[in-house]
Amino acid sequence: MLDDLDRRILRHWQAEPALSPAELAGLCGITPGKAARRITRMQEEGIVEGVASVIDWAAMGYTVEVSLRITLDKTVPRAFDDFIEAARDVQEVTEIQTFLGRVDVRLNIIARDMAHYQDIYRRRVLTLPHIADIEALMQVARIKAEEALPL
Amino acid sequence: MTDLDATDRALLLALAKDATQSAGALGRRFGLSQPATWRRIRKLEQAGILRGRQLRLNAEKLGFGVTVFLGVKLATKGRVSLEDFERAVSAIPEVQRVEHVLGLYDYRLRVVARDLSDFERVLRRRIMTLPGVGDVEANVLLTEERRPGPIAQDG
Repeated sequence: MLDDLDRRILRHWQAEPALSPAELAGLCGITPGKAARRITRMQEEGIVEGVASVIDWAAMGYTVEVSLRITLDKTVPRAFDDFIEAARDVQEVTEIQTFLGRVDVRLNIIARDMAHYQDIYRRRVLTLPHIADIEALMQVARIKAEEALPL
Repeated sequence: MTDLDATDRALLLALAKDATQSAGALGRRFGLSQPATWRRIRKLEQAGILRGRQLRLNAEKLGFGVTVFLGVKLATKGRVSLEDFERAVSAIPEVQRVEHVLGLYDYRLRVVARDLSDFERVLRRRIMTLPGVGDVEANVLLTEERRPGPIAQDG
């Protein structure tokens, strides 16, 4: 289980993921060796999965981002599996989530511009299997995005 | 903008998986010298394509068993300023993501909680009390998959 020191390390690390174990040790007031041991343990236990670079798709020229909320035809036994398998082949899909609620599946889609989005939507999305209904939410602005956990 | 070659794209894919790899190690993998790799990474950072790093934590192992996506419609548009709502909602620690959207809802939120009763507490005490909140729709996350996105294919 995690103690207060583990949580303190994670809080600092989460706020500044580029920090080295030695810098984290300094912020937490412990020796670098102790910080390294704690971090290694949390990695081994699968609590810390890693540090990833964040890609800014808008800087790559993908300025349109749309959240598609999809309801599937659940009378088809393999509706979820078939749909997700096919959605994985659409390169512009950056996230696939399944839900308990009114929405079954959500796809996050990025496109270079509206014409490009229209093309992906018509040729790649509407042709995905077992769709009963689709609603689109177009992103206007990202207000908070760091996805931190309230530790 | 896209003047990225295949090596730039391979570097992006590798760093999106693990940002802690050294320029030397990446260079050996893609047949580049350490300084050449470093220059390419620097260029991607300066172009704003590599936008910082994210610590990936296992929410479930840290006791956060429930993630909910909320669609929020504002009830009193015009009267409540969007900035007030955005500031207040962003200050809630359990709210991980806030997006202003166009469509059925005005905002899309991603919320984490320890369990469903903890989520109910966050929803009732923190979210429903925000300035201007109207309709709220909750969908509980079951599975999630992050995809690499269109790095490999387009040129």
